[in-house]
Amino acid sequence: MSDSQVLAPEGPSAVGGGSTPPPTARSAGTPRRRGADWRKRAEIAVLTGPAIIVFLTFVIVPVVMAAYYGFFRWKGFGPPTDFAGLQNYVSILTDPTFHDAVRHNFTIVVLSLVIQGPVAILFALLMNQKIRGRSIIRVLIFVPYVISEVIVGTGWALMMSDTGAFNTLLAKIGLGNLEQSWLADPDIALWTLMLILTWKYVGFAVILMLAGLQGIPDELYEAAAIDGASFWQQQFRITLPLLGPTIRIWAFLSMIGALQLFDLVNIIWGQYVAATAGTSTMATYMYLNGHLAGNYGFGSAVAVVLFLISLVVALVYQRLVLRRDTEGALTGASGRKGRKK
Amino acid sequence: MSTSTAPVAEPQAKQQVLRPTQKLAWGSPVTYLIAVVLIAACLGPVLYIIIGGFRTNSQITLDPSGLPSPWVFTNYADVLTSADFWVAMGNSTIAAVATTVGTVALGMMASFVIARYDFGGKGLMYSLFAAGLMFPMTVAITPLYLMVRTLGLTNTLAGIILPQIAFALPVTVIILVPFLRAIPAEIEEAASIDGASRLGFFWRMVLPLSMPGVITVGILAFINSWNNYMLPLFILSDPGTFTLPLGVANFASQYSVDTARVLAFTSLSMIPALIFFSLFEKRIVGGLTGAVKG
Repeated sequence: MSDSQVLAPEGPSAVGGGSTPPPTARSAGTPRRRGADWRKRAEIAVLTGPAIIVFLTFVIVPVVMAAYYGFFRWKGFGPPTDFAGLQNYVSILTDPTFHDAVRHNFTIVVLSLVIQGPVAILFALLMNQKIRGRSIIRVLIFVPYVISEVIVGTGWALMMSDTGAFNTLLAKIGLGNLEQSWLADPDIALWTLMLILTWKYVGFAVILMLAGLQGIPDELYEAAAIDGASFWQQQFRITLPLLGPTIRIWAFLSMIGALQLFDLVNIIWGQYVAATAGTSTMATYMYLNGHLAGNYGFGSAVAVVLFLISLVVALVYQRLVLRRDTEGALTGASGRKGRKK
Repeated sequence: MSTSTAPVAEPQAKQQVLRPTQKLAWGSPVTYLIAVVLIAACLGPVLYIIIGGFRTNSQITLDPSGLPSPWVFTNYADVLTSADFWVAMGNSTIAAVATTVGTVALGMMASFVIARYDFGGKGLMYSLFAAGLMFPMTVAITPLYLMVRTLGLTNTLAGIILPQIAFALPVTVIILVPFLRAIPAEIEEAASIDGASRLGFFWRMVLPLSMPGVITVGILAFINSWNNYMLPLFILSDPGTFTLPLGVANFASQYSVDTARVLAFTSLSMIPALIFFSLFEKRIVGGLTGAVKG
């Protein structure tokens, strides 16, 4: 995603190594130095070996194998032999239920940005005022983010069911005509999902925005106030532009998360109902048609499609939006920058 | 990140602002109102789960949104005396602790080399780990399941611990490398003059100095493992190996009629995460915002 930026700070130190002579010169040194060199190599091998082995075995190899399995009709037993070429991909891309899933994913991506972004910024602006109990408020709005998806899903599923607490509460406060089949009605279910997603993740966005707000120097507001700028003028002319990098990174994380959405949908709607309720996602499609159906070749192909879609979105976003920030925030460079503040 | 310094500087600064009273008078009540609404919205569903566990099924059927009357404790007692709950709790604890220890140990060693050794291929190693950010578990889950099965690790906790460590490594390396690199070379020189080897330097100096970073990545690894649902769903099918998220999901479908007990089970499995969060709240918030925002 951010390869070029990740590499950038590494490049010089890895290749040139300013203070030390290049490796070839060192290995041709005296016997004693050669011994030290071997010792260093052994240290490097021992220290990085376990991490690299675990990482390659459980991240890189499976990803590469997915690309390979995707070309086979394969039930997951014995070596894949029934080569199918692009047949799996053709089936996926022509399957209307997959189209639905993709459409749901992208709807969720857009709605998440449109709903959670302004809400989070507004809340962060208000929370950034000097009020009592600010720290306790921060803790409490973060609670939904810390609770696991399964608990959130189980609780909300019970609340939003047809005879659940939400509908009876509406009836109690005299809004009985608003009662809906929140989870089952295909016209509404996606909005219910958005409500739950917003509830779960807006706290995270607020915390991010608050951290961003604290990086804005007070002097700017003082100067603006002296020049007669109103509160809202200050927010639009100072806060929003300077909060830009934070907003852009949050949007990136939100988009990628929305494309990978699985847990909540699977918990609340189950793998079979999601499609009819209009909340299926690419990941639930993969679980249903790959894992549960035992079609591992097909499931791997779905994984590849999911990855490529995420990658394209990430690259386009990186190109068009993130490049405006001088430093990519997912790289080590920003880690250093962050601590200096 | 700058939380410790900002509030100190602010009060004096604000006094110099023109017309401060008008701004406060406008801001305060609305701000408090919104804060209260926000908190109520955040905590409402959580309280619904917790309080619901104190009701009986007939109470819940008659009035799903009411308060307990009378309060009953049998649901919680049942869950607390059931083997299902404690088995899942034990499995979750083992998996989360092992994942945290493994992530910190492997991540720290690799980051130390990347940050402080000079060798060809160092940049390559860093970008290898960084590339892992591109592969969230959702993308790799199907082939990952096949890999775990090939290794004979399905239905074992090792089958979720090892992949969790692997998927936690990219973030860990990206957070720790700048930390380790920031330790001044003078300290390393002083240590080596005093006779410490590179590894001695690692244990005596690097580890204590990078503790904040270590704690941050440890907490992230712990929470991710504790809440992980997708990986256990694929890897574990024997109820004896279920972690809490699977246990909750399983319990909810098994006793779907017994709503009150499901609510009790759910709220009890929420408690460890909430305690953990309240203990490390500053670190978690700081770590997440630091890791993301910089």
